[in-house]
Amino acid sequence: MRPLVALGIVAACAACAAPDPVPPSAAPARASFDRALIAKGAQLAAIGNCQVCHTAAGGKSFAGGRPLETPFGTMYGTNITPDPDTGIGGWSEEAFSRALREGVDREGRHLYPVFPYEYYTRLTDEDIKALYAYIATREPVRAQNRPHELRPPYNVRALVGVWKTLYFERGAFQPDRARSAPWNRGAYLVGALGHCSACHTPRNFLGAEKKSERFSGGEAEGWHGPALNALSPSPLPWYAEQLFKYLRTGLDDLHAIAAGPMEPVVRNLARVPEDEVRAMAVYLEALAGQPSEERRKKAEAALALAKTAQRGEGRGAELYAGACGACHDQGRAASSGGALHLALGTVMTIPTSSNLLRITLEGIAPPEGEPGRAMPGFASALTDGQVRDLMAYIREHFGRAPAWNDVDDELKKIREGRK
Amino acid sequence: MINLNVNGKTQQIDADPATPLLYVLRDHLQLDGAKFGCGLGQCGACTVLVEGRAVLSCVTPISTLGERRVTTLEGLGTPDKPGRMQRAFIAEQAAQCGYCIPGMIMQAQALLEANPRPSPAEIRKHMSPNLCRCGTHMRILRAVERAAREP
Repeated sequence: MRPLVALGIVAACAACAAPDPVPPSAAPARASFDRALIAKGAQLAAIGNCQVCHTAAGGKSFAGGRPLETPFGTMYGTNITPDPDTGIGGWSEEAFSRALREGVDREGRHLYPVFPYEYYTRLTDEDIKALYAYIATREPVRAQNRPHELRPPYNVRALVGVWKTLYFERGAFQPDRARSAPWNRGAYLVGALGHCSACHTPRNFLGAEKKSERFSGGEAEGWHGPALNALSPSPLPWYAEQLFKYLRTGLDDLHAIAAGPMEPVVRNLARVPEDEVRAMAVYLEALAGQPSEERRKKAEAALALAKTAQRGEGRGAELYAGACGACHDQGRAASSGGALHLALGTVMTIPTSSNLLRITLEGIAPPEGEPGRAMPGFASALTDGQVRDLMAYIREHFGRAPAWNDVDDELKKIREGRK
Repeated sequence: MINLNVNGKTQQIDADPATPLLYVLRDHLQLDGAKFGCGLGQCGACTVLVEGRAVLSCVTPISTLGERRVTTLEGLGTPDKPGRMQRAFIAEQAAQCGYCIPGMIMQAQALLEANPRPSPAEIRKHMSPNLCRCGTHMRILRAVERAAREP
């Protein structure tokens, strides 16, 4: 009942604040945009990950239809191609800018915050101009938007107005003069355009960020987004050069391979200017801060464990030896069949078993037809009992942490194809 | 000793429980249809069926199998009496060097057991974990489509 009560209390004040529509305008001709501006917009859109949510699997770019599972129901990315009837071809730059800054569509309806205007609100005027130039010059695709499938009361769009009153803070990006230029650029890219916090910060029962816990670890589509601040669960601290390599290639030898919702993020960051990704790495390194003495000791212990062949005993250890060890005991090198030693991996140390289970059962694969590292999934090979034994062993032996208590629930979810 | 149910027969195996199924099939049971390609679950040459679903035998320890039914290439037919999928691969001349073909056949068999009338897109997606270095992909896809059409 809590969400209903909370929504009810402030419903009245939202009803009086319905925004006006922006009049429709003819889609601007391609030639009216500067080519350099379009190119800049393309790079910004890649960092902003726009295409990921606005393109269905196998569908035309930006034509919408991609499902996004949320705690409130399934939402579908909308058509943002310049088609005048089904896309945003009738949107002036003013309407486009308002959507990014205020979360209101051209017709004046509130947009659900699954569209990350909480972060885009801090975009600069120049960047919005470039994004508009890029989006307005894409191929128009006629594709009706698929209605969201939200549970009541979340299907009542007007209530988003209430949500905004409670949680949405409009504002511009404030640079920190005491910090370096790359740090500030990184803060802007991570905090505004890249909206990293959307998946790496915990949310409350109404899906609003817990602002005091920014970057303390969040959730996206059934995956845990690990903490990026001082609470980072990574066995080894991340340094800027490693963060850069990971964000650029999806792989860092001593930390992680990008999987789940992070996979398309790194795929996009591979094609933007290198300096932009370096700036993000500088900011993220600073966000985690200098590793504490305790953290350093843990890192040394993890590295030592990664260098031994010590395996432990029991059913889980036996399963690991037969199914995982051939690759993961080798550790990862630039061009070998080896895979990350599990003592160094973050999914072993995060608070939930969801990521390790998903990777174990579904494997890791690049998108169809594209090159990339792959790990086979073990969904057909292992029974539920065997998966439980394996999780218990990996968590204890490599994660050196107390057993997860969510394995049964998460395993059931994944077996049933839920997020 | 570990009991394994392979191609409908129970077999007693004297091997370490962590031994990959592939080694036991080839070295203990002389079922050498399944091939060793990479040994890392990356190429699909070792694919067999466990309870009708495709499994990479090079990364499947025998301790995991219990009483579950394992089916290998030899379980689908013989040179004199090839099974439906094998006939389709022969008819389309899908093999060049042939090393990947047993895994391809087993992967395709798993698809038809779950989905008897797959679309061309579904076939491509399902077969994507299996690699072929000779480049006979188009023939392999045709063979799977042919098998799906056969009664």
